[in-house]
Amino acid sequence: MHNLTIAELIQGLRNKDFSSVELTRHYLDRIARLDSRYNSYITVTEDIAMAQAKEADERLALGDAPALCGVPIAHKDIFCTNGVRTSCGSKMLDNFIPPYDATVVENYRKAGAVMLGKVNMDEFAMGSSNESSFYGPVKNPWNTNCVPGGSSGGSAAAVAAHLAPASTATDTGGSIRQPASLCGLTGLKPTYGRVSRWGMIAFASSLDQGGPLTRTAEDAAIMLNTMASFDAKDSTCVDQPLEDYTAGLNNSLQGLRIGVPKEYFGEGLEAQTGERVQAAIKEFEKLGAEIKEISLPHTDLSVPAYYVIAPAECSANLSRFDGVRYGYRCEDPKDLNDLYKRSRGEGFGEEVKRRILVGSYALSAGYYDAYYRKAQQVRRLIKQDFVDAFNEVDVIMGPTATSPAFEFGAKSSDPVAMYLEDIYTIATNLAGLPGVSIPCGLVDNKPVGLQLIGNFFAEGKLLNAAHQFQQVTDHHKQTAPDID
Amino acid sequence: MDRSDIAKLAELARIEIADSTVDEVAKSITDVLTLVDQLQAADTDGIAPMAHPLDATQRLRADVVTESNRREDFQALAPAAEQGLYLVPKVID
Repeated sequence: MHNLTIAELIQGLRNKDFSSVELTRHYLDRIARLDSRYNSYITVTEDIAMAQAKEADERLALGDAPALCGVPIAHKDIFCTNGVRTSCGSKMLDNFIPPYDATVVENYRKAGAVMLGKVNMDEFAMGSSNESSFYGPVKNPWNTNCVPGGSSGGSAAAVAAHLAPASTATDTGGSIRQPASLCGLTGLKPTYGRVSRWGMIAFASSLDQGGPLTRTAEDAAIMLNTMASFDAKDSTCVDQPLEDYTAGLNNSLQGLRIGVPKEYFGEGLEAQTGERVQAAIKEFEKLGAEIKEISLPHTDLSVPAYYVIAPAECSANLSRFDGVRYGYRCEDPKDLNDLYKRSRGEGFGEEVKRRILVGSYALSAGYYDAYYRKAQQVRRLIKQDFVDAFNEVDVIMGPTATSPAFEFGAKSSDPVAMYLEDIYTIATNLAGLPGVSIPCGLVDNKPVGLQLIGNFFAEGKLLNAAHQFQQVTDHHKQTAPDID
Repeated sequence: MDRSDIAKLAELARIEIADSTVDEVAKSITDVLTLVDQLQAADTDGIAPMAHPLDATQRLRADVVTESNRREDFQALAPAAEQGLYLVPKVID
């Protein structure tokens, strides 16, 4: 059962090939038996899962089954879950039990999905290797000496190790697509505003966006159908008509115009990774697409702009963690300032503190124009590059990450090297565009990903292209060794 | 970034930084600011700053109560609360 896709599980449950209780039990047993190898789960919600599975079976028997009825999934531990600890990978929230569900969690509950548990992540979603989690690093199922990527490393490892058929995740600068690339999965970051951020713990509010991590593009479409919604509780959620993202999956790619940005194949790209990506793009030509080289001239400025904007927003968002209302509080504070400073100094990890400090600096008196305002102007230039490109092409393609998964410790002592890991994904967040990473081959027995970037709200077209690619190739069917 | 810059920043951000790690923090923040300084080379004359990818503005809603009072649920999460109040160390003697 653990080798089936979401599409197959939905069918199997409806055909009564297996029950949701059997399926959920099977996944819980796998997690108990195997997750010590990967550390992908922070909290396993066994009792909730079994109760939801039982209820799902009753609805299936009555013929009253919503879209994902009885399908088990995992939630990234950044989404608030009513009555279930939501840590955001941080000591600061190790004791935080939210009194409400995030809209995304509520959407899946209403669709009948079963929650297996909450999966590991970089602390407050800040990282590209899952090494910054308070709960320890997650290991890549393809090679346990290597990182799974981040920040949604637990989501990716759980799906790649078949400890969940799919997982929710979030992407602020590449945190869905880069782990998808490193773990051989399909990972979709929707257009900014497509998925509600309500109850999703904020890192950088103008960049954060939830999305699914799955094994196939078809599963991503099914997951997005439930995840996407207009939500009045999120003031940045966009009131755009919802669509059925599975409807166009089988459309022909005849005449699809693909743009390949020359800046995405520069010296930072590992050679064999570049070859796999080029070969995958060629495959689209066989499907009837036209390929042309394009330029996104401000690409080099995307990482610098991001590392002003994201830390600035992070320093504002994380000011709420003050040791007073919820979360970690230091022992024996001598006065209020001591309470603030030590609760935050002890409750946050190194990377989170670094970003709060950088953000505080960028926003401080005398530096605001030179850093924050300048970065926001550059952000517009980066967006304009994409607007110009989409006048000529329908989809942009290139690598997701610079290389396959790297070893633990390879970049953790050098923050700037870690930041450059996201060079091909960050611009998409700055512009607010949707992007998807799909597997396109192996290098040294580790997966590499092809990134597809679409115009605003073109998730359907991206998933169509990804699905058509997966109809004629089998990279997405490769699984990590030793997952039983 | 020297030790006094870091001390000022730590105070602004209300984050305690152990004395033994100040030099290390100063170095890593300097590295990040060096990366970020590449922005200064960009020609941004006449470019409007962009705060939202879709240049959307805040939606307004009718001025009616939509939330119920859940003070007890939320205060149950506090490290120290009593009689509806959050407790902190004495601020005024």
